Amino acid sequence: MKVEIRDHRKEEYSFRIRLGASLVLILVFFAILAARFFYLQVFQYEHYRTLAESNRISLVPIPPNRGLILDRNGVVLARNYSAYTLEITPSNVKNLNQTIDDLSKYVNITPRDRRLFQKLREESHKFESLPIKNRLTDEEVAKFAVNSFRFPGVALNARLFRQYPEGQLASHFIGYIGRINDSDLDRIDEEGETANYRGTDYIGKMGIEQSYEKELHGKAGYEQVEVDSSGREVRTLSRTAPVSGDTITLSIDSQLEAIAENAFGDYKGALVAIDPSSGEILAFVSKPGFDPNLFVEGIDSQSWRELNDSPDKPLINRALRGEYPPGSTFKPFMALAGLSYGVRKPTDTIPDPGFFALPGKTHHYRDWKPGGHGMVDLHRSIVVSCDTYYYGLANLLGIDRIHDFLGKFGFGNKTGIDISGELPGVLPSAQWKRKRFKQPWYAGDTIPVGIGQGYDLATPLQLAFATSILASSGTAYRPHLVHSITDSRSGKLVAMPSPLLYRLDIDPQYLEDVRSAMMDVTKPGGTAVQVGKDAPYAIAAKTGTAQVIGIKQGEKYDASRISKQFRDHALFIAYAPADHPRIAIAAIVENGGHGGSTAGPIARQVMDYYLLGKKPQTPVGQDKGNEPSD
Amino acid sequence: MNPPIRRFLNLLTGHMDGFLIACVAILILFGIGVLFSAADRNMAKVVGQLVNISIALAVMWGIANTHPQQMMRFALPLYIAGLVLLVGVAVHGEVTNGARRWLNLGIARIQPSELMKIAVPMMLAWYFDRHESTLKLRNYLLAAILLLVPVLLIARQPDLGTAILIASSGFFVIFFAGLDWKILAGLFVSGLASLPVLWSVLHDYQKKRLLTLIDPYKDPLGAGYHTIQSMIAVGSGGITGKGWLHGTQAHLDFLPEHTTDFIFAVFSEEFGLLGNLLLIFLYCLVIARGLAIASNAPTLFSRLMAGSITMTFFTYCFVNMGMVSGILPVVGVPLPLISYGGTSMVTMLLGFGILMSINTHKKLVKT
Repeated sequence: MKVEIRDHRKEEYSFRIRLGASLVLILVFFAILAARFFYLQVFQYEHYRTLAESNRISLVPIPPNRGLILDRNGVVLARNYSAYTLEITPSNVKNLNQTIDDLSKYVNITPRDRRLFQKLREESHKFESLPIKNRLTDEEVAKFAVNSFRFPGVALNARLFRQYPEGQLASHFIGYIGRINDSDLDRIDEEGETANYRGTDYIGKMGIEQSYEKELHGKAGYEQVEVDSSGREVRTLSRTAPVSGDTITLSIDSQLEAIAENAFGDYKGALVAIDPSSGEILAFVSKPGFDPNLFVEGIDSQSWRELNDSPDKPLINRALRGEYPPGSTFKPFMALAGLSYGVRKPTDTIPDPGFFALPGKTHHYRDWKPGGHGMVDLHRSIVVSCDTYYYGLANLLGIDRIHDFLGKFGFGNKTGIDISGELPGVLPSAQWKRKRFKQPWYAGDTIPVGIGQGYDLATPLQLAFATSILASSGTAYRPHLVHSITDSRSGKLVAMPSPLLYRLDIDPQYLEDVRSAMMDVTKPGGTAVQVGKDAPYAIAAKTGTAQVIGIKQGEKYDASRISKQFRDHALFIAYAPADHPRIAIAAIVENGGHGGSTAGPIARQVMDYYLLGKKPQTPVGQDKGNEPSD
Repeated sequence: MNPPIRRFLNLLTGHMDGFLIACVAILILFGIGVLFSAADRNMAKVVGQLVNISIALAVMWGIANTHPQQMMRFALPLYIAGLVLLVGVAVHGEVTNGARRWLNLGIARIQPSELMKIAVPMMLAWYFDRHESTLKLRNYLLAAILLLVPVLLIARQPDLGTAILIASSGFFVIFFAGLDWKILAGLFVSGLASLPVLWSVLHDYQKKRLLTLIDPYKDPLGAGYHTIQSMIAVGSGGITGKGWLHGTQAHLDFLPEHTTDFIFAVFSEEFGLLGNLLLIFLYCLVIARGLAIASNAPTLFSRLMAGSITMTFFTYCFVNMGMVSGILPVVGVPLPLISYGGTSMVTMLLGFGILMSINTHKKLVKT
């Protein structure tokens, strides 16, 4: 007992020592705080008083100039210009409607301006200042400036506006900017860029403007300014200049792009041209287009409805997101698969009675040519685009081998192009069908895949990518739109490296077999003879037709009897010059009928300009009937 | 006075501590005044805070009337429940502002880290009390593990402010339980040595905040913004301050969070150096009372609890004022009894309730 009590005492004593030590520590720390207060409030008082009391200091962010977007020759595709806006801070205005009515005496405020302002108000936060009128005329600026004292909470601000001088040209991949909304804010916050975006109202929403937002935006600067009690700036204390965004140079040639877009005329469709030796995209067309300038200040609902509800779907980027059956443009790749797996030799000939039937089945898979092509070997199967040859080949290969081999050419996968929103198309397999439809794969499903129909779907970008791999003898480069980025501070140009993806291990002889057949497609006897006519360089190509509606067994396709929107899509892939390819193209003309007669000539105009500098006389796309053949 | 009323008053004040109540009351009144100014004379906010205070006072009264012996029984269940909930947050928590702190239990959203502010020191104090007669080094080690598990879970959320507060409350328990001075010195040295490692596991935004301390003007619109604005508010207050309701920085919305974590900037701007010193003095009185209660506490559990609660209270004061005046990084720690907010008010007064309970139940133990 005695020992315990002594222990207890000792323990209490030790505890009190520790309490005492804590008290000393507390006093020391509080003394430090007191010293800090003394320093701030007595020593530095004058400094902080000037900052805060007589004239209050405010940190004003200076948004950076957004970087330019140029084509490969330096033609400006997106730029900024300065103009005055009239802005209202709603929380500083008593009667908003009255104020706007009063303002309209000095400044022309249209109903559209009011609608846009209303929409911005609903989306914005309390203390933001919002534009009621953009791009004031000099006269309006002068009128308001004289009367500004009547309008507390309304201010005239010089702002930079984004402009796309070429309008519709290349609008689908350049994209556009728009006002920052809540989900943009969340993303900015997540990336830790909140400070950098103070003062910035706009952000890239689509295309290059979106994907290269980081490079284009730049770094915000700031100004320490003194403001008087009513919030007016008195003087600037210090200024840190913003750093402008980097200039982005595209691999696109805007002349070529314009020629390609014009070539479509009234047709809808898409075209992608790639340099097969680097993956650089030379032209990237989706028709019809839209004017991105409409989106910059926030699109009003009427214009939006017109664009969004149009049956032509101008807002869809068909080159990136249009999934079409590749049709007969699939055949060269199928032929390579057949050769590589040793299923057929180049010299093997197949009889074509005009249809293919699975053993023991009565269903006829028809060739496009009634009566058939007679005896067909590999070369001829491509030149005349024989369907029966490929029905049989698909059956011999089986769907999983087709899936494995064609996947190497990028079918069924995103290409990884440097803008977002790409769709992967469909390269079917037994596993895919189980997952997608919860059904087993039937032998009959494989047959139409051989001619790029059935479950097959590919985007124009994928087709161009596959063609470029063929053109470069199996070397795959990731397609990309940006050629180089110019650092705005150092002026240093950083070229985008050619992103080599992989080299395919395919027997050169097999490649040669397929490529020589594709060269004969544009010669007399081929399906695209008119495309190769008078060309001073050799073109390797393949035509294609994609059915929009199914034709019943025993019925005949008659273009003149089918309303235009259900007519076949025309497809065309090509590269040139065939012996030393500099350009690989895929073109799709919606409801354009046969590939050789609409999509082919469009591609020819693009090649002529790119290889020879020759400008076309008239666009291809005029609404005319076309004969069914393929 | 007739006996029933006297008995009622006795029930009401029997376990209260007059000195502590007086200090707390003055601080709370101060707080309401500052809040009225900070919230731009918005009565709704003041009424909301009054409701918070009422609830907190009720909690304090209830705890003060609970015998420490009874509290001990809750130490282990509370700690385990808190730990389970923290793991739940880590697995299923809701993400707000990039941090995973809340757990949705269907009926209510709760922030388990708040519970741990009381549960952790209580658990440690209970543990030491149980092993009072045979305290060895390994008991301290186990206590350290009991402390570190919840602290790391909370730091991961990430909620650095709460993690620091809980870590220090637990550390104070271990310290008062008699951890050898030599080991303490060793910990201090190795702590300094491990700073680079600690630095490498911090989140980017946490690093930014620390760097901002050294030079807030490096990132004046981002991480440095709060610090610069609050330093301007404090500095411009001068010796006597601008007077109640006459602060300018807070009212022009330069100051973020000016009713909660940064309310001290408003106070400091309006009441100046003299106000600050008065506030420190009042906090010192509260702390002194707490230490006195700890010193006279009869059992190890109550000694450790009283010591830890008092020292944690001090930590709140120091970290918050240090952060606003720009000598500590910006972490989410409120100014005790003054910042707007129900949770922190309840946590504070709950602590004082425990202090009062310890002080008023000690005679009963001795007899």
